[in-house]
Amino acid sequence: MNILTTPRMERCIGCHSCSLACARLVHKRLSWDTAGIRIRSSGGLSTGFEARLCLACDPAPCVMACPTGAYSQRKGGGVVVRKKLCIRCGACAKACPVDAIYLDATGEPFVCIHCGRCVPYCPHDCLEHTEFSRGAATAGKEPAAAGEVEP
Amino acid sequence: MIREFFKVLLVDLSAGRSTITDIEGRNTMAGGSGLAALLFEKYGIPDKPWNEPGQPLIFTIGPLTGYFPLMSKTVCAFKSPYHDQFAESHAGGRSALSMRFADYDAIVITGRAKTPSALIVGSRHIEIKDVHYLWGTDLYTAGKFLRRMLPGSGHRTILRIGPAGERQSPMACINADSYRHFGRLGAGAVMGSKNLKAVMIHGDSPFLLPEGKDYVTVFDKVYKDMTDTDMMSKYHNLGTPGNVRVMNDLKALPIRNLQATADPATEGITGERFAEVALLRNAACAGCPVGCIHIGFVRERFREENRYIYRQISYDHELIFAVGSMLGVMDCFEVLKLIDVAEKMGLDVMSPGVALAWATEALAKGIITEKETLVPLAFGNSASYLTALEHMAYGTNEFYQILSQGTAKAAEHYGGGDFACVLGQEMGGYATGEAFFVSQALGFRHSHLDSGGYSYDQKPKGKNIEDAVKFMIKDEKARVFLTSMVSCLFARGVYTDEVLGNCLKSVGYGTLADNMDKVAGEIQRLRWKLRVMTGYRPEDVPIPKRFTEITTWKGKIDEQFLTQLKEEYGRRIIGMATQDS
Repeated sequence: MNILTTPRMERCIGCHSCSLACARLVHKRLSWDTAGIRIRSSGGLSTGFEARLCLACDPAPCVMACPTGAYSQRKGGGVVVRKKLCIRCGACAKACPVDAIYLDATGEPFVCIHCGRCVPYCPHDCLEHTEFSRGAATAGKEPAAAGEVEP
Repeated sequence: MIREFFKVLLVDLSAGRSTITDIEGRNTMAGGSGLAALLFEKYGIPDKPWNEPGQPLIFTIGPLTGYFPLMSKTVCAFKSPYHDQFAESHAGGRSALSMRFADYDAIVITGRAKTPSALIVGSRHIEIKDVHYLWGTDLYTAGKFLRRMLPGSGHRTILRIGPAGERQSPMACINADSYRHFGRLGAGAVMGSKNLKAVMIHGDSPFLLPEGKDYVTVFDKVYKDMTDTDMMSKYHNLGTPGNVRVMNDLKALPIRNLQATADPATEGITGERFAEVALLRNAACAGCPVGCIHIGFVRERFREENRYIYRQISYDHELIFAVGSMLGVMDCFEVLKLIDVAEKMGLDVMSPGVALAWATEALAKGIITEKETLVPLAFGNSASYLTALEHMAYGTNEFYQILSQGTAKAAEHYGGGDFACVLGQEMGGYATGEAFFVSQALGFRHSHLDSGGYSYDQKPKGKNIEDAVKFMIKDEKARVFLTSMVSCLFARGVYTDEVLGNCLKSVGYGTLADNMDKVAGEIQRLRWKLRVMTGYRPEDVPIPKRFTEITTWKGKIDEQFLTQLKEEYGRRIIGMATQDS
């Protein structure tokens, strides 16, 4: 199964279009927080940007920490979320080693579900939704070139 | 959040207290520029000076902020230290989305803090923090400390001032997130007068979207227009610096205090040249996929052995003109160094650049001496301008204290008013002709963005006063509505009335969508009413002789047309200001 990766974050301009798209399309919210991918500046704007998102662990520590089964292991890495089962204990966010899970003010967790709906909104092709095998070269795919350089 | 009223945070720095109030007027004043005028009408004190502690410093966003691409600007309104009249300045960065997600339509700051302070605001947090230890720090140092003190990296805005703002210079800007600015008319001095080093807004609250599919559909259409078509390419390719060559080719680029309007040497500072050798990367305001911010670099060797430091500096056409062509500095790295110093000092780059161009000519003409300028100002001598910019910020001697009040003030004191390139405030980088000169001189923000005078000049039209005035008033009205949404004006090609109407309807502002023209007119009228109430008189704004001495691609400036156009435009503005709503 495909997962969302951020292979070209050096190109990020900090527009937050990815976060806003995730919140809008997946979570039906206007937000740059309640989103599976969130952009931070890495120590001030002059040093660029980094993305906080799920790295598609398998096995996923958040799944192991979830006491109700609201988070279960996703094939190919990451989690499948059943919101109905969530008791908002925050154990998933605590267990995540890369701070990928955002808890809103009510304790509701938000995490990337690797659907890839944010990808078309990135103007600089920082993101990819692709089959990912750890420790292997990218499968012959050129970094996206369309529209990036004007002839 | 979508609501029919405005949620306004009122902060009283003197009392150290805040309150939140609901204010009616969404369907008549929309937000942004309209809301800022409404709030100045309510909280401003027209007959008291700009630095009276009770005067408000107002930040507003609009009904579409964050909901659509390029709805990414914040309006700042205040009584200006430059002319002591009602004024607006706009900036992007992360300011607009941070306010949206902190859930305020406006923040109104009154009073004066007892010690140098920072205002920290989030949706669940309000604090006035003593930061006396940051007073006196330059903008970069202050930024480093402030970032460390606050949560919310990436989802917050940090608005701050430098030494120029602390000294309450009318040329002081408010820096927004390092690379954007509430640049002109001295908003930074207003913060200084309030003992306010920084305002930090953490956008930490999500909202549910409007019901139905309309919003997502309209969003996708707008997003596609912003990113897939050529409409925005000039902003993300070379960016505004692409204008340097265009203006030079038109003989419309102000050079060496507007002694010339074209020079082959400007090839060293064109957008093309910057992109080729100095462009490091691009950045964007939050909510804008276009990413027009162009960041260049300078590196400096600080020891004989190969030891270097480097700095990243954002550049735009207006800055390149002000400290480049206007000062005869025709090397892009030298221009970046000058921008860098102005930034560090918290100065607006444009006004001091133009002021120093006047000072250079005044020195050459013997009106002033090096006793005043302290350094040998000479066109092309960037080293002397580097020092002079610091003198402007710190007001080192009487001359720099006066000059940093404005070029016109200095000319009043020393003479040389004929060649002061001032159109209401120091000129913008477009010597396109009569319509631009009049539109900047009389325009609300004294900006080329008030109305498209520069674009009217470039149209092959005759010299028809009525036609030109109608164009400027109509164009201003359209721009006022956009800055009430609050859109970046670079998006004006995409946000037609029809598109704006669809956007407003899709998020639930149907009434506003149905009355856009009427609302725009009402906002335009109220802004001018407040401006006149605080002392604006079109006849008091001269267009100095230098502007009539130039030659553009169209030939000599037509003095008679210029004078008549100014008179008629001024008359119409006063007409708008005094008509009943």
